Amino acid sequence: MSANNLQQHALVAPGWSFLRLKRAVRLGLKSLWLHRLRSLLTVLGIVFGVCSVIAMLAIGEGASFEAQERIKNLGSQNIIIRSTKPPEEQKISDKGSTSYVLQYGLTYKDVTRIRSTIPGVTVLLPSRIMRDYVWNISRRFDAEIVGTVPWYPSLRNHRVAAGRFFAEADMETKANVCVLGSEMSRALFPLDQPLGKDIRVGAAYYRVIGIMEPRAKGPKDAGAGDRNRAGADQMFIPLETARDRYGETLIKQRSGSTEAERVELHEVTVKANSPEQVQSVAEAVRQVLEHSHKKKDYDIVVPLELLKEAERTKRNFNIVLGSIAAISLLVGGIGIMNIMLASVTERTREIGIRRALGARRRDIVVQFLVETVMLSGAGGILGVLLGITIPYVVSHFGEMRTIVTYWAPLLAFTISGLVGIVFGIYPALRAAQMDPVEALRHE
Amino acid sequence: MSQPIVHFDDVRKSYQMGPNTVEALRGISFKVMPGEFISIMGPSGCGKSTLLNLLGCLDRPSSGHYFLGGDDVSRMEDDLLSMVRGARLGFIFQSYNLIQQLSVVENIEVPLYYRDEPEEKSRARAIKLAHLVGLGDRIDHKPFELSGGQQQRVAIARALVNDPLVILADEPTGNLDSKSGREILEVFKDLHHQGKTLILVTHDSNVAQLADRAIRLKDGNIESDVRK
Repeated sequence: MSANNLQQHALVAPGWSFLRLKRAVRLGLKSLWLHRLRSLLTVLGIVFGVCSVIAMLAIGEGASFEAQERIKNLGSQNIIIRSTKPPEEQKISDKGSTSYVLQYGLTYKDVTRIRSTIPGVTVLLPSRIMRDYVWNISRRFDAEIVGTVPWYPSLRNHRVAAGRFFAEADMETKANVCVLGSEMSRALFPLDQPLGKDIRVGAAYYRVIGIMEPRAKGPKDAGAGDRNRAGADQMFIPLETARDRYGETLIKQRSGSTEAERVELHEVTVKANSPEQVQSVAEAVRQVLEHSHKKKDYDIVVPLELLKEAERTKRNFNIVLGSIAAISLLVGGIGIMNIMLASVTERTREIGIRRALGARRRDIVVQFLVETVMLSGAGGILGVLLGITIPYVVSHFGEMRTIVTYWAPLLAFTISGLVGIVFGIYPALRAAQMDPVEALRHE
Repeated sequence: MSQPIVHFDDVRKSYQMGPNTVEALRGISFKVMPGEFISIMGPSGCGKSTLLNLLGCLDRPSSGHYFLGGDDVSRMEDDLLSMVRGARLGFIFQSYNLIQQLSVVENIEVPLYYRDEPEEKSRARAIKLAHLVGLGDRIDHKPFELSGGQQQRVAIARALVNDPLVILADEPTGNLDSKSGREILEVFKDLHHQGKTLILVTHDSNVAQLADRAIRLKDGNIESDVRK
């Protein structure tokens, strides 16, 4: 043998190279293209898995974002105490005795007590809430009239869009001024500027000095009854004015009977000095009120607790979604594995030929693994595209907020790639373990 | 004096078939020198296929030694054996064994593919060989678009592409009509004249006559080894 010959037939193990991978990819594409329909159907399993993961996460994320936004609107350092009708009293009032005056709820004394006994409380926000018709000449609006203090906007994260909120001076003089909710101002003044105009409630006139910003939309304010809606239909007047106008007794007329209720304050908001103090202040408020109220005629809402609750719910929600996603991707992966096993059997002869022509076991493994990963990768990409489109369509037509976080497509795509590797390894190893003699004999 | 390319030294091969041990080869020794054209004949069940599998490094002997190009390949591990096949052997099968999804030129390239030859170089070599076997105008055809004779020419080109030490052919004319068969045998003759080493397994004595040395097998032993 000549020296040249020796060198040519030397046994040099080829290492890993980009060229090799490129060839494997090209070869894989060819094989997949040969069975177009089969490849497409296989890929669909992964496409739907990935796209449902992203879409579901986006819808879940959107929903929880809205809930958190609504809770944040209540103020995360706030503790909101509301007057509620005690259940046994409700029964009596349902019987409809005409001369009975129902007395319940928070009192001015409670406010003083909280202020004097609980440290770490900066501001208190008492308010009275009445329901009545608001008139602008012949236009009518069924509004919630909130008698409150000047610092309401800052405490409840509810800003004034135009004009101003009433000030300390308005309180002292019991001025007949009001600030309208945005929806209400549109309903009462569809054509002209409401600022400076007068509106009528019952027999009293109020001058409009400001308009509030619209709040986050939601069917119900988180944690509150339907009594205190998101705030679009609220009208704000100074607390002192409200006390003066309405007194403490509210009279509701129902069919055949008159019902009277005496409630001093409908709602009190306590603001803790720092977020860390919220829990302890809430506990203290609970104790103070328990002490002075024999009946449970109040309700304490702590937005921070609601927020934490919402986060817990979201976590559980994500776990459920994750499991569904894992199952759908598992099903997709099994589909891929099934097809690859069939493909290995079908291509036994080809494997034998390649082995005879110098392919090592690992070359065969790589060839089949690359095919599987390409299948699941293509499924992943299609799934991500579809998964990003679906939330967009949903929020466009369904008026539902959706948020596609950057990590959701990333996660889904990574998992789909992993699925390809995990479910591709077994068929690939089976292909590589074949005896070349047997494989060449295979018909 | 040049070294033998193939050296079989008391090679035995037995298979376990259920409770019985079948001895397919019972101690075979022979040498093949460069440029020889050998035919291996024998009735079915004589161990022809087993011998071919061993010669092709697709299987390992139960005992004895097989030196291919000076290296003992009888105990080599699987990866090395793959490389031996890719670097030193050329295969021609009865049923052509082309890869269906690849074109003519890509089929010819396959052995180079596993040796990491640069793409342009291996492509150029494959095209040259396609021309050599008379398929220069069909390089982009797929195997199913070719006749049996043409497919076998592709297989021959593929067996030549890595410039092997020895070309192993297993009934290369078995699936062909007599005209195509004759043409293929002409190609073999040409290769022999160019100095290639050929081992041809057949049961057709007409085919075997082409070779300048005939080995006959019977019951796992060499019955006769005749040089013309």
